[in-house]
Amino acid sequence: MSYYLGLAQLIGIHTLLGLSAYVLMLTGQLSLGQAGFFAIGAYCAGILTVIFELHIVPALLIAALLAAFFAFLVGFPALRVKGLMLVVATIAFGEFVRLFFFNLSWRVPRDGIHVGPDSTNGFREIRYFVANGWSAWEITLFVWTFVLLVMAALWWTDRSRAGAVLRAVGEDELAAQSVGLSLTTVKVTAMTAGGFIAGVGGALYAHTATYVDHLTFTVLLATFAISYPILGGLSSVFGTLVAVIFIQGVLVEGLRFMGDWRSIVFGLLIVVAMNLKPSGLFDARTARLLRRAVGLRGGEKSRA
Amino acid sequence: MLSIRDLVTSYGNIEALRGISLDAAEGEVTCLLGPNGAGKTTTLFTIAGILTAKSGAVVLNGEDMTRLRAAEVVSRGIALVPENRLVFPRMDVEDNLRAGAYSRRASAAEIAADVADMYRRFPRLEERKDQLAGTLSGGEQQMLAIARGLMARPRILLMDEPSIGLAPMIVAEIFDIIRELNREGVTILLVEQNARMALDVAHKFYLIEGGRITFSGSPGEIEQDEVIQRAYLGSRQG
Repeated sequence: MSYYLGLAQLIGIHTLLGLSAYVLMLTGQLSLGQAGFFAIGAYCAGILTVIFELHIVPALLIAALLAAFFAFLVGFPALRVKGLMLVVATIAFGEFVRLFFFNLSWRVPRDGIHVGPDSTNGFREIRYFVANGWSAWEITLFVWTFVLLVMAALWWTDRSRAGAVLRAVGEDELAAQSVGLSLTTVKVTAMTAGGFIAGVGGALYAHTATYVDHLTFTVLLATFAISYPILGGLSSVFGTLVAVIFIQGVLVEGLRFMGDWRSIVFGLLIVVAMNLKPSGLFDARTARLLRRAVGLRGGEKSRA
Repeated sequence: MLSIRDLVTSYGNIEALRGISLDAAEGEVTCLLGPNGAGKTTTLFTIAGILTAKSGAVVLNGEDMTRLRAAEVVSRGIALVPENRLVFPRMDVEDNLRAGAYSRRASAAEIAADVADMYRRFPRLEERKDQLAGTLSGGEQQMLAIARGLMARPRILLMDEPSIGLAPMIVAEIFDIIRELNREGVTILLVEQNARMALDVAHKFYLIEGGRITFSGSPGEIEQDEVIQRAYLGSRQG
């Protein structure tokens, strides 16, 4: 059972990571820096609960706000570059963050041992959940509360005028400017929101894993972050969730029995999935079918 | 109404506009003609705040707009209908129209009334209101782009080559729309390469060549053929 609960936590956390990239992709920005914001969330929340002995909820919120703040700062220079150049710039940011934590040592004595980030040895003993006697069920519920809150907020945004504004910038920047949208405001807001969401994900990750080091936050993690919304499609937040379940649940865990063949089949299945569903696993058509299946009126859209 | 004085805009070191001055009077169609690369689109982009002028001034009804960003320019009454019918391709027609009103602080009812007004003006858009804008024909997309511009309730509408890439019959239809809008009192600054059609609707025209205004006047005052020739080919002036 604890294996499945662990998997559910991982899926929830990766959904947050994917959604942080999803918000940016709505505005046409492809960022490989999401692992950086995730790392800021992870280290900051860990430091707050371990060194400052804060409660997990304020620690998580402060960590997410810090990640959002850095995303806000990255948002301005990011405005000047687009497409591949933005990808390169955000990789550079992600690596900068990773190497910062690679070198960060902040050790304080507690109950006879030293705790805190220990540069190359990583950040061990982030034991908030264990120390407070949380069961695996409670941790899973805690993680999914945040996942559902973020999904609900984004789903609601998507249906409101704000969602249309984000998508308008993603579709055509010149047309967006000609209807009076400020690219700066829209893109920086999306970047900041993405940073916040990644920060929440990172904070939860650090506490469920109890151990993080710089190798957790390489560009591979950032690649996962963007592959979820790409594979799931940008028609709604559910696409990202479906893609995370598909990749983490089906491909990574489900194919374990294949041993070394797994990586090959993994890649192959992603290629097949993208060919069968080029506009995402969860595209507008799937959404319509699903609505009809659960008895809602299909094809009708609400307007805010 | 709209007055532009000695406008200079450059892309890096290249000066695209070398001191443009022109006036667009209220209720009139003012036309900016010129060959490729003369600076027509740059002029509109600078007025619309998408590009920022190096020097000079853009003044609308006495208010200086030179340093304003695109978003502020639209909310002060200048709407741009960009070249190549830049609609939002993956949004439906109605959402495209609503997007035109983003800059306004209007109630949902007001916007719905304006959308209905656009459908009255462009019945073809109503037939296609749930269709994705990217699937419309070129002429329909141009109508949508114009209607989206009008949704901002502009005091002046800037139109960048509305006839480009359209079949002759559709071009005639688009110019009929321009004439009709003007009859209803919309002030228009029109950039065109199709000089013959443009001179037909214009009250006043300017000829731009190499980033400078080289000629201006009213159609009928002068020999149209010479203007048209220079608009297409440029002249060899010093």
